[in-house]
Amino acid sequence: MIDFINFYLFPALAIGSVYALGAVGISMIFGILRFAHFAHGDLMTLGAYGVLAAAAVLPFNSVLLLPFGIVLAIVAALLVDKIFYQPLRQLPTIYTVISSFGVALIFRSLVQLVWGSQNQVYGSGGVRPPLIFFDAIRVSALHVQAIVATAVIALCLHFFLSRTKTGRSMRAVSDDPELAQVAGLDTEKVVRWTWIIGAALAAVAGLFAGMDTSAHPNLGWNLLLPMFAAAILGGIGKPMGAMAGGFIIGLAEELSSYPWIGDQALISPSYKTAVAFVIMIVLLIVRPQGLFKGRLL
Amino acid sequence: MSALLSVRGLSAGYGGPPIIEDVSFDVEENEIAVILGPNGAGKSTVLKTIFALTSVTGGAIDFHGTSLVGRKTSTLVTIGISAVPQSRNIFPHLSVDENLDVGTYAAPPADPAATRENVLELFPDLRAKLKQPAGELSGGQRQMVALGRALMCEPKLMLLDEPTAGLSPAYLERIFDLLLDIRKTGVTILLVEQNARQALQIADHGHVLVNGRNFASGTGKALLADENVRRSFLGGAAA
Amino acid sequence: MTELSGLFFYLVSVLIAGGIYALLCLALNIQWGMGGLFNAGIVGFFAIGAYTSAILTTPETAKHLGGFELPIFAGLIGAAIIAGVTGWAVARICVRLKSDYLAMASIGIAEILRLVIVNESWLTNGSLGISGIPRPFGEYTAGRPADLVFLAYVWLIVLIVYLVATRLYNSPWGRSLRAIRDNEASAAAAGKNVERFRTQTFVIGCAFMGVAGALSAHYFRFLSPSATDPLLVTFLVWVMLMAGGSGNNRGAIVGALGIWALWSVTEIFTNRLPPEWATRSSFIRMLLVGLLLQYVLQKFRAGILPEKSPPLHFEDEAERPAPEK
Repeated sequence: MIDFINFYLFPALAIGSVYALGAVGISMIFGILRFAHFAHGDLMTLGAYGVLAAAAVLPFNSVLLLPFGIVLAIVAALLVDKIFYQPLRQLPTIYTVISSFGVALIFRSLVQLVWGSQNQVYGSGGVRPPLIFFDAIRVSALHVQAIVATAVIALCLHFFLSRTKTGRSMRAVSDDPELAQVAGLDTEKVVRWTWIIGAALAAVAGLFAGMDTSAHPNLGWNLLLPMFAAAILGGIGKPMGAMAGGFIIGLAEELSSYPWIGDQALISPSYKTAVAFVIMIVLLIVRPQGLFKGRLL
Repeated sequence: MSALLSVRGLSAGYGGPPIIEDVSFDVEENEIAVILGPNGAGKSTVLKTIFALTSVTGGAIDFHGTSLVGRKTSTLVTIGISAVPQSRNIFPHLSVDENLDVGTYAAPPADPAATRENVLELFPDLRAKLKQPAGELSGGQRQMVALGRALMCEPKLMLLDEPTAGLSPAYLERIFDLLLDIRKTGVTILLVEQNARQALQIADHGHVLVNGRNFASGTGKALLADENVRRSFLGGAAA
Repeated sequence: MTELSGLFFYLVSVLIAGGIYALLCLALNIQWGMGGLFNAGIVGFFAIGAYTSAILTTPETAKHLGGFELPIFAGLIGAAIIAGVTGWAVARICVRLKSDYLAMASIGIAEILRLVIVNESWLTNGSLGISGIPRPFGEYTAGRPADLVFLAYVWLIVLIVYLVATRLYNSPWGRSLRAIRDNEASAAAAGKNVERFRTQTFVIGCAFMGVAGALSAHYFRFLSPSATDPLLVTFLVWVMLMAGGSGNNRGAIVGALGIWALWSVTEIFTNRLPPEWATRSSFIRMLLVGLLLQYVLQKFRAGILPEKSPPLHFEDEAERPAPEK
């Protein structure tokens, strides 16, 4: 039981946090700009490397250097929207999807060009001692940080979306862009904020994912599929649903390799990604609007 | 004296052949004006054109002496025009309160709390539903949310596209009564209606369109009495 | 003289790979150009075809499933069938939804296949790969002349697929498909079974992608998971089709050859750079492909050889609201 908590549950919640933070952005972009953003994973990569670059110069803990990664991701997202996505906005959204596919490649090759394609670790790379609770529960400090940070972010985001003018405008545009226009809402500002929030959260997710293992150019791309699954699970245009979806996918992936029957992993860990994919496929067949009454694209 | 809204020789469409041609009418300050006509006459297109949702191929639209042609839709609220589309006119996942709040963003009234109170005075039914998602309300209540949202920016002119479409006869009368109440607060209303007879009874002026062109104009009473309009448009049904 | 023949056979190798890309492009043109379906997992169907044909045609070995030693043509047909069936499964689930979902699912399929290929050694020999894959007419030719034979073989298949695609395009089937692509609602109103047409399109495209994968396995005689690198195949083919002209089969071939030529020529230059720059240069080339795609999307959507009739009228339709009832 303790093993289950230490080696499965907490890592699952940690990876779930990463998916949750990534999926929120995907879900918001889905809801407001109405396309599947294929470069979101690589936006995470960019954030992770932004912190790495700052860490090479400044002698602080990587988590404290997060603002550098966030700024890099936000600037990249806003630039890409302005230069590549905005000119395609009058066309069917599938063109923007294709464009984002290309942007993923652009981000990745930039990362490789600037930082090389080898794995890079944060800080000294040494193993930090785990936090110990009740003498039995051992959790990596990083996992605790990730889970706590995600919970705090979820609260802030909920407050922002339900209480502030910008947050409500975002939900209104997501609900009905035409009516939002008729009501005189500043759609471009909403779009800008969507990118700012989506990119910032992607950078946080990227850093945690990178610190958990190592930073490499395919870091974010490899997480794209589970994040899409989480966004669909939570219901398109439902940021809080996407958060929950991220945790559900994380749990499903990790717990699928727990030896539920006998002492063999139920599903080989190398097929973790497949679990997310299967969930996504089942959802698309049975309930494409997701668990929380989201909408179809 | 000059009208609040003056439409002159307006032609517009959606990129293909024009839907309305050479349409002209005036809307006076603080009146209810109704645009009538058979299906496909281009009634809604007139409203959409005033609201910059179509492409204008000719003519002029003046509001308070300033031209509206070429303006962006999202800027019209700031000069005092708000619109309620026929369908999809609420934000379904936002609560009723949030729907009203969103109505103030583009052109915040001097005292938003007071405006909200005034709007709720007009639609007391909504008070109990403020926290509910607007999409869960009945058709008539949704229409009230939509009207309320459009009133939250304290507009001078309101454009309503078939506000009674799909409503039960009981609600239909309530909506028409509400329009009279709204006018009492100093708002000018231009609406498109299918329920011609009832609409003309509350309207100060009516404008009948047929095939995208002016067919007849006059006071509500005059149009109700007009043989020509009766025969070709209101039909033989008794008043 | 050796310099010249070296150049000649370099050209041959470029044309062989270009032919394989032309096949992929024609296949994608059926899916996207005719059907408006966004396949983001081209490499997955390519890999299925490659492994299917490799397993079907190689001699018996303890390293992976095989020993069927079927003729190569049977391998190609097997590749088409297995890739087509996989495509059918994906299409069944996704065609009724907006194309973004199909893109996600197709990328997912490609990822899962990559996992299977790497992990299931009994089937694919894992990361060590499959070797000894025969070439067509390999028993009669060897060395450089064999490349010439293979060149002819590849382009013969390109020609066949081109003729099939053109027939499809001009057939009543193709016309219905384009009607659906350009205006789904009115095509459905006219009684077209939109979902069935789309599924068929996707399956045919996937089958041809499988054939392209099979050809590449037979060309290199060796197959490893690195052949399933998602980036290059999927991206390059999209750029090729976009640049060549979506909806135009000749454009698909021209785009494939043009972009592949550019890609190969830049490789010649970058290979002469000092080593530390040579590795970086491949990233620069990828960056440029990404930028090229953006340029084509914004300024050059019709491509080198635009679709002739009926032209794409997406712009107008996207902006035009439904006419008044």
